Amino acid sequence: MHLDHAVAHTHRYTHSAEPLRADGTRRALRIGLGGPVGSGKTATVAALCRALRTDLSMAVVTNDIYTREDAEFLLREAVLPPERITAVETGACPHTAIRDDISANLEAVEELEEAFREHAPLDLILVESGGDNLTATFSRGLVDAQIFVIDVAGGDDIPRKGGPGVTTADLLIVNKTDLAPHVGSDLGRMARDAAEQRGELPVAFQSLRGPEGVAPVADWVRARIAAWTVR
Amino acid sequence: MSLAALLVLADGRFPAGGHAHSGGAEAACKAGRIHDAATLEDFCRGRLHTAGLTAAALAAAAALGLDPAVLDAAADARTPSPALRTAARRLGRQLLRAAWATWRDPGLERLAAAFPRGAHQPVVLGVTARAAGLGPLDAAHVAAYESVGGPATATVRLLGLDPFEASGVLARLAPELDAVAARAAEAGRRALLDGPEALPAASSPLLEIAAEVHAGWPVRLFAS
Repeated sequence: MHLDHAVAHTHRYTHSAEPLRADGTRRALRIGLGGPVGSGKTATVAALCRALRTDLSMAVVTNDIYTREDAEFLLREAVLPPERITAVETGACPHTAIRDDISANLEAVEELEEAFREHAPLDLILVESGGDNLTATFSRGLVDAQIFVIDVAGGDDIPRKGGPGVTTADLLIVNKTDLAPHVGSDLGRMARDAAEQRGELPVAFQSLRGPEGVAPVADWVRARIAAWTVR
Repeated sequence: MSLAALLVLADGRFPAGGHAHSGGAEAACKAGRIHDAATLEDFCRGRLHTAGLTAAALAAAAALGLDPAVLDAAADARTPSPALRTAARRLGRQLLRAAWATWRDPGLERLAAAFPRGAHQPVVLGVTARAAGLGPLDAAHVAAYESVGGPATATVRLLGLDPFEASGVLARLAPELDAVAARAAEAGRRALLDGPEALPAASSPLLEIAAEVHAGWPVRLFAS
């Protein structure tokens, strides 16, 4: 057994997610995206990949309820080469795989990091949760920051209802704002309720069909990357 | 031994990746072989006395300090299905991560260095039991319990089976679980003297075949 192998294994089997590896190199920033079914998580991931892939070395881990649907959507859309997309199977419990027992996701993240370490070290890994309820949040052992995605068509009372996702996520995206007039959602009310629940934490109102598209969220991710690389 | 350490290791909430695996229950539910509490009990009894016994003996032998490399090869020989070997190694790797983070034992570190792609889960379980100050019978109990606890939990999710009925199934199997664990621990002790040939090789052909078919499904809820 070579010494360098032993070091790599020691790293692998520690649970810690320190920014710097034992050899002094920096691991990728890990951002989780969670939120209810149909709120636009996968579409946001796809748009982020298109916006950021020329500047950053990226990869995506999906946690599908039925295993590979979201990963296959990303592959079909060709937002990243297939070797940069990994699907984790969650046994009908996506929130367990991102919070209570993160081992399969950690493996997926580490395998991606390892695969690109020599030639194009990853700057960013997006971990997308399968659609789940308002209480689903990511473990801090798995991601460095998390985005919670809700949409206006799911009801404009969701920010008021709160819950760990809405209240504590590092960024709340209120998606599909272009639909607001059609479903009778009051964006002003959603903004006020979100501010009340979240205090200083940011909220992004997003329409992927509008002129800005994912740009504000992509800027937020870029700022997180910048902060991460000076840590 | 510490009874509390045994509870920590056997707890379904121990974060070692098992929640994403059904132990063959998803394939059996789809095929109609499991459709209620009685058929779940039949399935679990079959799994306990085949894959469960074999896993429990491997775990007991590992807890006694038999060479994990020898035991891993013995586990391979007792697992004809490539899909199940892959699943067992993945679960072994995930258990090793959780175990190392929990107990920080040099035996676990050596195992990680020797098996970068993961050793069979029951082998890792035995080494983990040893690290936690547990004995071969404890390790066998955990392996035997996991062999039926996983399918029971998965069936609750797959069929909407009444969770009280699923707990009843496990409770009714308890005396058989004890007997299987005792037999497995004894086989582990014999293997210490006579080598891995002394370990049981009670595989279940239908579990192995169904696992291969399940691995090819385009849409499924569980990884195995």
